[in-house]
Amino acid sequence: MKDFAALFNAIDQSTKTTVKVAALAEYFAAAPDVDRIWTIALFSGRRPKRAVTTTRLREWAAERAGIPLWLFEESYPIVGDLAETIALVLPPVETTSDEGLSHWISELRGLAAVDEPARKAAVLDAWDRLGGTERFVFNKLITGGFRMGVSQKLMTRALAKATGKPEAELAHRLMGNWHPDDTSWETLIEAEDASADASRPYPFYLAYALEDGPEALGAPEDWRAEWKWDGIRGQLILREGQHFVWSRGEELMTDRFPELARAVDFLPAGTVLDGELLVWHPQTESPASFNALQRRIGRKTVPKKLLAETPVVLHAYDLLEWQGADLRDTPFAERRALLEGACADLPPEAPVRLSPQLDFESWDDLAEMRSIARDENAEGVMLKRAGSPYLIGRKKGDWWKWKLDPLTVDAVMIYAQAGHGRRANLFTDFTFAVWNGNDLVPFTKAYSGLTDAEFREITKWVRKNTLQRFGPVRQVTPHHVFEIAFEGIQASPRHKSGVALRFPRMSRWRQDKPLQEANTLEDLNDMLRVYG
Amino acid sequence: MSPALTFTDRGIYCAAGDFYIDPWRPVERALITHGHADHARYGHKSYMATHAALPVMRHRLGDISAQGIAFGEPLTIGDATVSFHPAGHVPGSAQIRVEVAGEIWVASGDYKAEADGLSETFEPQRCHHFITESTFGLPVFRWQPQAVVAQEINAWWAGCAAAGKTAFLGAYALGKAQRLLTLLDTDIGPILTHSAVENTNEVLRAQGLALPETIAATAELDPKVHTGALVLAPPSALGSAWTKKFGAQETAFASGWMQLRGVRRRRAGDRGFVISDHADWQGLLDCITATGAENIYVTHGYTDIFARYLNDNGWSAEVVPTGFEGETLDAEPAA
Repeated sequence: MKDFAALFNAIDQSTKTTVKVAALAEYFAAAPDVDRIWTIALFSGRRPKRAVTTTRLREWAAERAGIPLWLFEESYPIVGDLAETIALVLPPVETTSDEGLSHWISELRGLAAVDEPARKAAVLDAWDRLGGTERFVFNKLITGGFRMGVSQKLMTRALAKATGKPEAELAHRLMGNWHPDDTSWETLIEAEDASADASRPYPFYLAYALEDGPEALGAPEDWRAEWKWDGIRGQLILREGQHFVWSRGEELMTDRFPELARAVDFLPAGTVLDGELLVWHPQTESPASFNALQRRIGRKTVPKKLLAETPVVLHAYDLLEWQGADLRDTPFAERRALLEGACADLPPEAPVRLSPQLDFESWDDLAEMRSIARDENAEGVMLKRAGSPYLIGRKKGDWWKWKLDPLTVDAVMIYAQAGHGRRANLFTDFTFAVWNGNDLVPFTKAYSGLTDAEFREITKWVRKNTLQRFGPVRQVTPHHVFEIAFEGIQASPRHKSGVALRFPRMSRWRQDKPLQEANTLEDLNDMLRVYG
Repeated sequence: MSPALTFTDRGIYCAAGDFYIDPWRPVERALITHGHADHARYGHKSYMATHAALPVMRHRLGDISAQGIAFGEPLTIGDATVSFHPAGHVPGSAQIRVEVAGEIWVASGDYKAEADGLSETFEPQRCHHFITESTFGLPVFRWQPQAVVAQEINAWWAGCAAAGKTAFLGAYALGKAQRLLTLLDTDIGPILTHSAVENTNEVLRAQGLALPETIAATAELDPKVHTGALVLAPPSALGSAWTKKFGAQETAFASGWMQLRGVRRRRAGDRGFVISDHADWQGLLDCITATGAENIYVTHGYTDIFARYLNDNGWSAEVVPTGFEGETLDAEPAA
C-alpha cells in the first residue's frame, strides 16, 4: 500500500490541480492493474462494503492504544475524523508491509465472512503492519468514507494523461454499473467496445450560475430558455427493452421511481433522456414543492400509498441518444427538435413529459419570466446556447442557470458547534434565532457561506462567549447577527418556529446590525404566507 | 495553613513571598517563566526571569524593571525559597520552583520533554504540587524525533529549490523559528528571514546562541539574487503581499497542530510539519510522573480531558483557569 499512500500524500498535501493530476497519472502509469482499477473505483465512489462497525473499531483502537474508551471518544471530535483518530492513537509500527492496495481491500472484504474474534485479529494485525498514511488509508477503507479531494473529473484527466485516451471517452467508460470484481482494467479502459453495458449513462452536463444578468451572453436569439426546476436531475435510459434511471451523482435510482417503468411503452428502445424528476399531480399547473419529492428520495422501495400521493414524472429537456445513436455532438436546437418530436404523441399517463421552452424575444422578457418563477415552483430559468453540443461536467459558456435571488432574513446566532474534517477545531455549525417578543426562537441551522478567516474570527469569539455547553454544542451570548439566505420556506410542525428553510446558508455577517434589529417570527410567517 | 501557591484572578500567587508567577494583570512583582506574550505581559512593577530569557523580554516589553537569575540559583523572597529550572520550551524558559515551609510547588509555564539542542533541556523537579499545561494533552498528539522532522523539512526545501521555487516556512518568531534554523541544511540554499524573526534572532545571537547565517528579507532585498532560498516568517506573514515578489513559491507551516489533517489542510498551504515546543501526550505524562507530585493543576489546553485522565490514574488533578494560551490554532504570534 506504500505507493497508494504516497499518492494519497501527494494529493493531500497539494491544493493545486496540476500537482494532483500529475501524481495520479504517474500512479496510473505504474501501478499493477488490480491496484489501479481499485483506485479508479475508490475515486468514483465505489467503496468496499463496511465489514466492521465503527463501535468495534473504536473499542479495539482504544484497547490497542492502552487508553480508556472515553478518552478516545473525547479525542475523536477534536480530530474530526474517525479513521484519522484511530491512526493517531495507535502505537507506532515496528514492521512494514509490502502488499498493495488491492491486497488490503480483499483483506477487509474477507472480514464479512468470518466471526468477530477473527475480524478483530485481522484488523489489529493490519494496524500493527501499516504505519503513518498507510494506516490512515486502511482505516478510511474500512470505515467506508473515502473522500480525498479528487473529483471524478480530475481522475479522468489523469487517466487520459496516463493512457493517451480522450478524456470524454474515459468519462463515459467510467459511468454506470461496473465494479472491480466484475471488470478488469482491460475491459474498462482499454477494450475497443465501450458501449457493451446497456445501463451505462452519459456523463451529465452541468450549468454554471449566471451571476450578473444575461446581457453579456450576446443576442437572445442564440439562446433557448427553460424553467429551472427544483427537482432531481435524472437520466432515463431506454435500451434493449429495459429502463434505467440515473441520478446526477451517478446513483442508479431505477427502483426508487417505479412509475418510470412505463416509459418503455411510449418511447422506443435506444432513447436516452436528460430531465428533471418532479412530483407533479395530474391536472395541476405546476409541480409540487421539493418537500414532496423529498419523501421519495430516501426510499429504496416505495409503498403504494406514497406512490399515489407523490407521483413522479420526468420532465425531459434534452435528448442524448435517439434510435441508438449518441446525439451529444448534435447542436442543442436540433436535439431539442428531435426531443419535441419524440414527446409529441405522449399520452397524459406517460411518465415522461416535455419540459417547455420559454418564449422570449429580449433579455427583458426573460427577466420578467424569471421574476415569476416562484409561481411556477421553479427556481429560476435555464439558458442554453442553441448551437451547443452536450458537454461533460461543469463547463462555462453554453449552459447557464439564472436563479432567483434567494430569500433572506437577519438572524441571531445562539448555538455553535465545531465542524468536522477540514473544519475540525473551528466553530462552523450554527443555530440561528429570530425574535418572538423578547424571546429568541431558533429556526434554522447553517454551516456555510463564511470565509475561513471569518470562521476563525467567530471561533475565537465563541470560545470567549460560551454560556453553557450541551455536549459538543455551545450556547453563546446572543450578539452576532447574520443574514441567512435560503431558497424556500415551508410550514413544519417539527420545528419550534413552525417553519423549515431550504438550503439555508450565511450570506453575510451583519456586524453593522444591532441584535434588536434582527428579524422576527412574524416576518418569517409573512414569508411563509407568500412563498410557502 | 494556606497553600504556598494560590490561583487568583491576577495569576498564580505566592503569599509567603508576595509575588506572582506569569500574572495576566499588572502586579508589583512578577516572576516570569518565559518571554511569550501570554506569559510575559506588560505593566508589572518588577520582573524576574532567567538571564537567558530576559533579553527577549526587554526587546518585546521595552523599558522594564527586571532582575535576572541563573538556572538553579536559590533565592529567598520573604518566607519562600525560589529557583528557576530549565523547561525546554524555548531558550531561557524556566519552571519556577517555590518552597514554603517544606511544601514544594513547581509552576512549569510551558514545557517540552525532548532535547532540541537549543533550549536548556527540561529538568524534572521533585515536588508536591505541579502546575502543568496541556496544550497537546490528547493521545492523538505524538511527536516524531526532531531529526526525522528535520529530514522532512529539508527534503521539502530541496524539492522547492530544485523546482526553482522559494520555500516559505511559517513558524512563531520566538523559539520555533530559531529551533528550525538549527535544523535546516544550509547546503540547500540561503535562509531569508522576516523582520519579526530576524529581530528575535539578533537578540538571541547577542546572548551567545549559535544560529546559522540568515539574510533579512527587507523591502530592498532582491529575491532573484537568492535562488533556492527558504524564507522563515511568522504564520501571519505567509500569503501576504510581501511574499509576492518572490515569484513561484510553496508555503509550509511548522506546528504541533499540523498533526491534525483537518488543520493541516486548512492552514498549511502546501505542507505542514509536525513540530512543537510543547510536550506531546506521552511527554506530559512522563514529565508529570518524574516530578513525583501527587497534586496536579492543569492551566491551559485540553484541561478537562487531561485532568480527568490524571484523576482516573491516581493523581489528584484539577483545572485552574488562567490567561495562558499555549500554542493556539488561531493566535498569530506577538510580532
